[in-house]
Amino acid sequence: MPKIVAVTGNEAVAEALRQVDPDVCAAYPITPQTDIMQRFSSFASNCKVKTEMILVESEHSAMSACVGASAAGGRVITATSSQGLALMWEILWIASGDRLPIVMPLVNRALSAPINIHGDHSDGMGARDCGWIQLWSENAQESYDNTIQAFRIAEHMDIRLPAMVCLDGFIISHSINRMEYLEDEKVKNFVGDFKQLNPLLNIEKPVSYGPLILTDYYMEYRKAHEHVMSKVPGVVMQVADEFEKMTGRKYGLFETYRLEDAEVGIVVLNSAAGTTKDVIDDFRAKGIKAGLLKPRLYRPFPYAQVGEALKHLKAVCVLDRADAFGGSFGPLFMDIASSLYIQDKKPLMFNRIYGLGGRDYMPDQAELVLNELAETVKTGKVKSVKEYIGVRE
Amino acid sequence: MKLKGWKELTPGAVVTEPGSSKKFKTGSWRAFKPKWIEENCIQCLFCWIYCPDMAVKVKDGKRGEFDYDYCKGCGICALECPGKKGNKAIVMEEEGK
Ligand code: SF4
Ligand code: SF4
Repeated sequence: MPKIVAVTGNEAVAEALRQVDPDVCAAYPITPQTDIMQRFSSFASNCKVKTEMILVESEHSAMSACVGASAAGGRVITATSSQGLALMWEILWIASGDRLPIVMPLVNRALSAPINIHGDHSDGMGARDCGWIQLWSENAQESYDNTIQAFRIAEHMDIRLPAMVCLDGFIISHSINRMEYLEDEKVKNFVGDFKQLNPLLNIEKPVSYGPLILTDYYMEYRKAHEHVMSKVPGVVMQVADEFEKMTGRKYGLFETYRLEDAEVGIVVLNSAAGTTKDVIDDFRAKGIKAGLLKPRLYRPFPYAQVGEALKHLKAVCVLDRADAFGGSFGPLFMDIASSLYIQDKKPLMFNRIYGLGGRDYMPDQAELVLNELAETVKTGKVKSVKEYIGVRE
Repeated sequence: MKLKGWKELTPGAVVTEPGSSKKFKTGSWRAFKPKWIEENCIQCLFCWIYCPDMAVKVKDGKRGEFDYDYCKGCGICALECPGKKGNKAIVMEEEGK
């Protein structure tokens, strides 16, 4: 029987990592992730896992050690947040370029300056195009389930790419959720044994990692990377189907809520989706046909499928918990706009930036957006494409 | 050598053939070319030791010619070469001159 527990998001992720029992973990503490690795290192110290823990002096070294251990032929994990991810940035590209299936929970936190330890998505968004897979999670259950599935997706022989599992700092990482743990055996069987691909430690078959690739081949490797990314959604669905058979919990490339017959929709990532769904119910009761789309596989982004799911709407608001300082729009908005660009018929669209630096996303913000969506449909005009909400003038 | 297409590559640019760097002739990078002046050579083999590209050939313990397929023209051998009575046994010459 699955065990029903009341745990924090971090506790749930640490439990998933214990159940997977990877070969190597190199990590460096950073709020709000620290708690995951603190728990995981006590599992290691108490022989609950056989994992080799590597002490490092920074996140740059943590990811570098992960690259080495993964190339050597191990199943490898780490975890980070915010500045930690920023410091890893250089090595993130090496992990993906070398096609090393490292799994990394990313507890989303705002980037400095000004320094702030709370949850927003600027860290994950900054690393969205570095060739990793990104799964985003609404609550502790999804963070746990995504962590387990991430191993299968990353390590799939057709994929072999590193994967990040994103969850909101503090809101999820440090709040207690009700959720279900799977039995250890089930998780072990689900993830299976780690299969090596060209391990450095196989002295029978010597290999080299990280060769110099110049003008004659670099572009071919990039095309190959783009191609392997295009295979990820299929594998994500295959793994989700198997996971559903085991747990009854259904996952897709994204989640939709009351979207099929909706006229207006909100697109939002992670924990804010929960609050939004509640407010959507209130608006439905008032006769406003509202729905929601919450991306789960954010990289690679399933543009075609998302576009199909949204194209029937009259108006869409994309809520971004990060801004992209290009004088343009939030990162999620740009992806949703691209998804709809290829559709003949598309909704009116606007972008609202919310919740930066962990500012609470309250029901009244969802109400504001839904009222504006209804107004947009009535007038047929978008009042303003991009605005911050929940900010003082 | 016919270049491979993107579908034919090993994932992650992993090199699975040991010793295949021999196929990568780096000599074309050279802007300066070392020239060996045999009469000034004292057979100390410093050039052989210092060359980062194993581009100085040695046979039967004797200094041989440069291997221009791999010599990148870094000039380390010329710098280290003691030569005979102040006359260098290696000098760097601009390519194409
Ligand atoms: S120039 Fe540099 S690469 Fe060429 S032989 Fe001398 S030391 Fe070696
Ligand atoms: S370093 Fe100069 S003197 Fe010594 S072996 Fe080489 S060429 Fe001859």
